[in-house]
Amino acid sequence: MSNYNNEMVEKFRGNFLKEVEANVEEGDWVKMCMQCGVCSGSCPLGPHWEHPPQEIFMLIRANKREEVLNSSSMWMCTSCYNCIARCPRGLPITHIMHGLATYAKRLGLAPKQQATAKFAQLFWDNLVKTGRVNELKLGLSLYFMNGIGEGIKTSLKMKDIGLGMLKTKRMSPMEMLGGHGCKDAKGLHAILKKAKEIEEAKIGIHGA
Amino acid sequence: MADAKIGAYICKGCGLGERLETKQLVTIATREGKAGVAKEHDFLCSAAGVEMIQNDINNEGVNRVVIAACSRRAKTEAFAFDGEITLSRVNLREGVIWVRPDTDEARETTEEMAADYVRMGCAEAKYMTPPASAQEKGSNNHLLVVGGGMSGMTAAIEAAKAGYPVTIVEKTGALGGAAANFYKRIPDRSPYAEPMDTGIDAMIKTIEADAKISVKLNSTITKTSGAPGSFSADITTESGATSTENFGAIIMASGFKSYDMNLLPELGGGKSPDVVDQMGLEKLAKAANGGAIKRPSDGREIKKVIFVQCAGQRSEKEGHLSYCSGHCCSTSIKQAMYFKDQNPDIETDILFTDLRTPGAPGEDFYRSGQEKGITFRKGVVSDVSPAGGSLKVKFKDLILNEEISDEADLVVLATGQVANAGVDIEAVKQDEPGEWKVNADSILNMNYRQGKDLPHLKHGFNDSHFICFPYETRRTGIYTCGPVRRPMDIQQAIEDATGAALKAIQAMENAQLGRAAHPRSGDLSYPSFRKEGCTQCKRCTVECPFGAIDEDERRYPVFNESRCRRCGTCMGACPVRVISFENYSVETVGQQLKAVDMPDEFSEKPRILVLACENDAYPALDMAAQQGMQYSAFTRVIPVRCLGSVNTIWITDALNSGYDGAILMGCQKGDNYQCHFVKGSELAHMRMSKIDDTLKTLNLEQERVATYEVAITDIKRAPQLIEDMAATIEKIGMSPFKF
Repeated sequence: MSNYNNEMVEKFRGNFLKEVEANVEEGDWVKMCMQCGVCSGSCPLGPHWEHPPQEIFMLIRANKREEVLNSSSMWMCTSCYNCIARCPRGLPITHIMHGLATYAKRLGLAPKQQATAKFAQLFWDNLVKTGRVNELKLGLSLYFMNGIGEGIKTSLKMKDIGLGMLKTKRMSPMEMLGGHGCKDAKGLHAILKKAKEIEEAKIGIHGA
Repeated sequence: MADAKIGAYICKGCGLGERLETKQLVTIATREGKAGVAKEHDFLCSAAGVEMIQNDINNEGVNRVVIAACSRRAKTEAFAFDGEITLSRVNLREGVIWVRPDTDEARETTEEMAADYVRMGCAEAKYMTPPASAQEKGSNNHLLVVGGGMSGMTAAIEAAKAGYPVTIVEKTGALGGAAANFYKRIPDRSPYAEPMDTGIDAMIKTIEADAKISVKLNSTITKTSGAPGSFSADITTESGATSTENFGAIIMASGFKSYDMNLLPELGGGKSPDVVDQMGLEKLAKAANGGAIKRPSDGREIKKVIFVQCAGQRSEKEGHLSYCSGHCCSTSIKQAMYFKDQNPDIETDILFTDLRTPGAPGEDFYRSGQEKGITFRKGVVSDVSPAGGSLKVKFKDLILNEEISDEADLVVLATGQVANAGVDIEAVKQDEPGEWKVNADSILNMNYRQGKDLPHLKHGFNDSHFICFPYETRRTGIYTCGPVRRPMDIQQAIEDATGAALKAIQAMENAQLGRAAHPRSGDLSYPSFRKEGCTQCKRCTVECPFGAIDEDERRYPVFNESRCRRCGTCMGACPVRVISFENYSVETVGQQLKAVDMPDEFSEKPRILVLACENDAYPALDMAAQQGMQYSAFTRVIPVRCLGSVNTIWITDALNSGYDGAILMGCQKGDNYQCHFVKGSELAHMRMSKIDDTLKTLNLEQERVATYEVAITDIKRAPQLIEDMAATIEKIGMSPFKF
């Protein structure tokens, strides 16, 4: 468990709602939930969630910190925005879910084997390298995300599609060699570094 | 009074002239209806048409006006004539041409329908006399308000503002009632975010400064008698001194008691001083007056409060209240704010199963509570018990579906409101006449035949026609307002009291003119009875929904005209038919149904009598006509004041004179009644359930008489019920009683 996590446990001792309000994007809204359940009923992935949004909000108010932050629930959100459109209290539920996921990850509490979390990291790492997504590399890293054996199996299954894409020039094998990037990758890295500094200062991360 | 002279006027407007042989109708009115004057007119409700009739009243001695035109519910302003006359309306438009197809085949039966209605109108006119106002007129316009709480004070201030003198009688030693103990109240104005001042002190000052309002503290009512405009009340002080005063109307605002939390030991009621009900918390908050509220047991600082909603209410358990008191969710939010506003770090959890904050501002107030950081948890509390200097609260969280054990320094139980509605007159035995005694549990101690207090409806609240006419009770001139009527908060009680004050003023003014109060407001007719014929059976005194009829020592009915609402329930009840109104009697209806031309058994023209309540069923039939719906041409509809006024003799007479079927249409009865006269429809249904004997004696099928509850919105259903009867008659055949 990270230092940052310990720090936050110490700081908000026993009041998870306040912690969420301070550290999670749109966390201020959590207290306004009136437990009608429209969000849970509207979520296309609702039945697959460990805790639907309504329960997440109740868990936060009931001080169940570990249960919320360790949950895979927020990672199930596909950003369809059904819940936001329908929430009678106007809670930005989608944003709160992403905010909670981000916060859990930052604390080092996000579930380790969660597919969405894993892919999100792969996507981010791929993107920031050159400033452009390298689809060939991203695709392959997705195939091999869960080990070599599964990677080879998936690659073979997809080979006809891959060859077809090569033939119609939708994919270039040359992308394997570094690939193309944005005009000023260095500048982008500087921007992202600064953004990270600002954000961490805001929520009080010291040497995470 | 001058001899009766019928003037029958047939309108040719609105298509009546094209569809009907109006000349023929004039002949029928003259020959069969014995009308002294009978005329047709192209446009009867025009200035010229009205002038023609008024001219006949003034110069020709016409005093029984029969208008054969549109429904009695249309053009009432046009057909309001000067002079001592009666008015009969023959419904040729909504009742005949609009419900019949304009075809050659239908022409004959439509014509017969119109002719019958003209005969009926003339028959009714013949047996009516112009109503004079009641002889019994009260001229007192002094209002008595029983109860000096929020509702009572509001009613007094409102009535005084309108110029009427008021006396408030309050049982305790001070004005203010329950709300006097409140620290603050739920806000009544935008942005509905903060608890606000109750305003009680200002109201008391207003009352003290108002010369029109006198206040009698430490006093109760030990006797109420009389009628609107002439009530008399004995006001007795604690020391026993009694004064008798006269009043024009009475408002009963006796309020509520909190449900006794000692009956809820499982929720900690009575087990610890740190478990309080909402009233108890108000007292603590008022004592703290904005400072920190301390624990009652040891005066320690409070860090966590748990509010338990629906404590002993909305529960079917024995001894619990089954209803929702309506205000408690908002009240708990308000009380949690007392803590949060003083110190935001105090934890305030509201445990609810269904949070309800009625009224438009309720949602804003709820939201404000959430913004202040009040925690709302959906859960059912199973146990509250003292443990180690604090309270342990066990509950099941219904969202997370788990059993939770929590601790709190203070627990507030949201118990419900129990009405101070006096004695339940249906449960308490009546005093014999001449042996009337004061009942200490009674609020009004009325000397009425039907009991000392206003009747209850459900759950011990006073019956106040909660659906259509709030404040109206079943005792004319006596109005209820506030939580004695139904559970409510301060804002609702204020609105309620204002409404009741206006109704009371209306009743006093009507009484001075000798006119009926709601719903036949302004009616001048009143019931009279032929004492020689009376058998002292007491049905009228027992069944009058408004307790208007008392009994003398010999058990003869004593009518109190000003208390009467003119529904005619007594007339329907009377087995010897000695009760009648000037313009509405056993004869006016009985002669109408006998005036119908009865075709013989082999004509294939049955006759269906419909007795329809003029308040709901008759308008429903009118509206069906307006919407182009049709029903059988063999139908003859007679409007009645209330189904309760239907005397079974009408049904017997109808069957004896050859009607093939009879339908009675009244309002919804039971606890959710819509009957304008509360009990009329119910009584009619009860009486009609016994009509089977009559049918058996006549050797007729039971299906020939049907009684229905018809709402004003049953626009499709009402004509369908008639069609159903027509189909039934086709199946079972014509009545053999045609002569």
